[in-house]
Amino acid sequence: MSAVLEVSGLKTHFFTHAGVVKAVDGVDFTVSKGEVMGLVGESGSGKSITGFSILGLIDQPGRIVEGSIKFNGDEIANAPEKKLKTLRGNRISMIFQDPMMTLNPVLRVDTQMIEAILAHEKVSKQTAWERSRDALGLVGIPSPEERLQAYPHQLSGGMRQRVAIATAFLNKPDLIIADEPTTALDVTIQAQIIHEAQKLTKQTGTAMIWITHDLAVVAGLAERISVMYAGRIVEQGGIDDVIDRPLHPYTVGLLGSVPTANRRGKRLFQIEGMTPNMLALPKGCAFGPRCHARSEACNQQPPVENIDRRSLRCFNPQPAAKVVK
Amino acid sequence: MSDVTSDTALAAAKSAKVETPFQRFRAEFFESKIATVALGVFLIIVLLAILAPWITPQNPYDLAQVSVMDGRLPPGSEAFDGYTMWLGSDGSGRDLYSAILYGLRISLTVGLASGVIALLIGMAIGLIAAYAGGRIEAFIMRIVDLQLSFPASLVALMMVAALGKGVDKIILALVIAQWAYYARTVRATALVERGKEYVEAAQCLGISRSRVVFRHILPNCMAPLIVVGTVQTASAISLEATLSFLGVGLPQTEPSIGVLIANGFEYMLSGRYWISVFPGVALLLTVVSINLVGDHLRDVLNPRLRK
Amino acid sequence: MTVFIIRRMLQALLVVFLMSVIVFFGVNIVGDPVYMLVSPDADQADIEAAIARLGLDRPIWEQYWLFLKGAAQGDLGNSFIFGEPALKLILHHMPATMELAFSALILAIVIGIPLGLYAGLYPDSRISKGIMAASIFGFSLPTFWVGLMLIMLFAVELRWVPATGRGDLGSFLGFQSSLFTLDGLSHLFLPALNLALLKISLAIRLTRAGVREAMGQDYVKYARAKGLSTRRIILVHVMKNIMIPVVTVMGLEFGSLIGFSVVTETIFAWPGMGKLLIDAILQLDRPVVVAYLMIIVLFFVLINLIVDILYSILDPRVRLQDQGA
Ligand SMILES: Nc1ncnc2c1ncn2[C@@H]1O[C@H](COP(=O)(O)OP(=O)(O)O)[C@@H](O)[C@H]1O
Ligand code: SF4
Ligand SMILES: [Mg+2]
Repeated sequence: MSAVLEVSGLKTHFFTHAGVVKAVDGVDFTVSKGEVMGLVGESGSGKSITGFSILGLIDQPGRIVEGSIKFNGDEIANAPEKKLKTLRGNRISMIFQDPMMTLNPVLRVDTQMIEAILAHEKVSKQTAWERSRDALGLVGIPSPEERLQAYPHQLSGGMRQRVAIATAFLNKPDLIIADEPTTALDVTIQAQIIHEAQKLTKQTGTAMIWITHDLAVVAGLAERISVMYAGRIVEQGGIDDVIDRPLHPYTVGLLGSVPTANRRGKRLFQIEGMTPNMLALPKGCAFGPRCHARSEACNQQPPVENIDRRSLRCFNPQPAAKVVK
Repeated sequence: MSDVTSDTALAAAKSAKVETPFQRFRAEFFESKIATVALGVFLIIVLLAILAPWITPQNPYDLAQVSVMDGRLPPGSEAFDGYTMWLGSDGSGRDLYSAILYGLRISLTVGLASGVIALLIGMAIGLIAAYAGGRIEAFIMRIVDLQLSFPASLVALMMVAALGKGVDKIILALVIAQWAYYARTVRATALVERGKEYVEAAQCLGISRSRVVFRHILPNCMAPLIVVGTVQTASAISLEATLSFLGVGLPQTEPSIGVLIANGFEYMLSGRYWISVFPGVALLLTVVSINLVGDHLRDVLNPRLRK
Repeated sequence: MTVFIIRRMLQALLVVFLMSVIVFFGVNIVGDPVYMLVSPDADQADIEAAIARLGLDRPIWEQYWLFLKGAAQGDLGNSFIFGEPALKLILHHMPATMELAFSALILAIVIGIPLGLYAGLYPDSRISKGIMAASIFGFSLPTFWVGLMLIMLFAVELRWVPATGRGDLGSFLGFQSSLFTLDGLSHLFLPALNLALLKISLAIRLTRAGVREAMGQDYVKYARAKGLSTRRIILVHVMKNIMIPVVTVMGLEFGSLIGFSVVTETIFAWPGMGKLLIDAILQLDRPVVVAYLMIIVLFFVLINLIVDILYSILDPRVRLQDQGA
């Protein structure tokens, strides 16, 4: 399997007045062609910043301070803006959390879709319009011609997110980064959107990074999963391995403490304790203050280890038996 | 990179030392060089105006001290009485330096008095609206909006057209032109405070409206009122000068800076620039320094801009 | 849309009516109507005749009714100085004022918006800081003082343009205006610039604030993620959003330009209705003052109405809200 994206040692920091926020602090992962990878973690753990780093969309006072991002074997971390522009929306697309905020309120849907094509290809407006219409049809929007003439506020939330998904697939990208695309939607719409997205990735062979704070969402969608905490990936592996036998105490917490044989479809549980203050992370393991399995060793930074078909950052992996109360 | 880090760490440490809100406010205010200089300039102007009778060579409105023979002398000329007129003299022989300091007394008095009165009235009306709520509030705010849809300068002009000349009438005109800005400011705070959960909770607990008004709205509208007050006072000074320049503000017997500039206007086209320009510079320094202070106050006091 | 316009018009009518009440009762209760409406040279017999003619011996409601009837027929009294109907006098001076205010508005938009755009896009550059400092000055400097300096610099010292008065009028499409002759333009330049100064500062600030806010919005990040050119993002995505509030406020400022033109016209001896007003006040020509007041009120209400309608055309959200309501 060839890798579409290889991220290694990625560090993206924000140099604020109050101090340095290490939003992404040494992240490694690979996404293969046609694969869906779930990137999971509580709010503020650095998921979005990881996604924006890939697209080179980190603004002041932040920047990528270290690491490599290889897209189809080509280094794109801190690449010139000109090069990144030819990738964005073309080879790598992004879908944002809130379609109300991301679609420009004063531009019609057709304008916003057609421009995405014309930015990368010299085709006639008519051709671009037809492609936009077909793309809307593909994501299950009825009477797409009419919808193209609408302003974003005239569409429902689910409809808007479908427009965003259709736009993401317009240029047949190799990779789509979907940043919590269903968080703002209610549960039934959420299921439909996930279904459409899954269908399209299968059809087109597009790889996808699906960012969410809800493990249940990626459980049925992703092949692999990366769990992120305070700027680092703490556990990464095949979806079945991680969901059925979580090793990191944080993953265990995310899954909830009930030992069911199959946890798929379970809602996220609130983990005890506060999400960490990114300006004052504890010494050693960042999860330490909230961790039940904490030991003396945890005052050191846990290294990445490869055990049980996954990579893990924890001194005290949780054997499956221990999950049972 | 490490420079940046240590710098910001240092700044953080510095600001951590500052304790009371007032101390923090003071520290943040004086962080801006421009604002500090502006405040200094304004205080000097006020001081000069207060001390005018003791630090000027002439009382420009005591006819016994003014000689027509000194008329229109360029800057640096020697007066009949022997002192040097560093800024020259005006058409009727007044020393401009003296005239400007005396003029500042009038301009500042009118500006500050109308600013303070308008603030008190506007604040009272705003608070009454917030206290009464419902229809009374809606009615008051409608009037405020209506008045604000006309520029203050036009309202003031209309008022002086109706009222006539004089210090008291100008102050009244300026107050009428400006109270609505303060009322709107109070109203904005009231809306924010009411939106906050704790006020809702307070109301649910049956705590009186006056408590909401005096414990929540009043303290919180002070900072924005101060900012609006600074800017409006500058604008009042400028407005009075404008009206006086147009001949519809203060009479010749109350020669504010605007009157001085108007008197010099007729000489300007013939090249005797100083009669208008020097009073103009004094006006400029006053208004700009107040505005710069106000502008910086806005940044310092605006919690939204706070990190 | 039609419903929207009709409702706004009814509201405007109500405001005009209310203002006529205020003006009328203001003049009659705050001021002395005899003093206000009879020439100061009048003797006792004249005054008594005027009291009878004006119906001042009748109940106030009846007086108001007479005033309203007169006003509705365009009769606001005769000028003491010119002996002509005050309204006619004002309408005669109106084109010069309109021309001045319109030119100032155009100058403000043409100069202010690009400067504000630059300052918003590069907030930390030296040029932007210079622009912002200049705009603070633009706000603080009294218009009349700037006018004096402009005359001194450009007319007295440099002798580039004439100091005062209105130049030759040209005719174009039936419009008489000094915009159409060189002499006219040279006379217009200084007063228009003088009047525009405050609004240039306003346009700079509004645009800058709008740009800075818009640049932080998700829709800009999304547009960047689509790989659009910076040019398109700024000119289409950002500017289209900003133009709505900026155009609204600038449009509303047209009224204030007419108001401020009182000062500029006096300094530059521009024969508009502002200069007419000051002359009228100084010569105690009260019917002209009252007529000016009524005209200006009508004017402001009309401008508010037009801006509201314009706003609803520019911003699709306003229209929809109104349809929903
Ligand atoms: N512009 C910024 N300045 C400072 N800190 C930032 C900025 N943007 C994001 N961060 C910080 O980076 C961390 C990760 O943010 P993000 O990637 O958005 O989290 P999430 O996992 O919820 O998507 C957060 O702690 C946030 O405070
Ligand atoms: S390293 Fe220690 S503190 Fe961190 S998650 Fe593992 S057990 Fe808990
Ligand atoms: Mg996020």
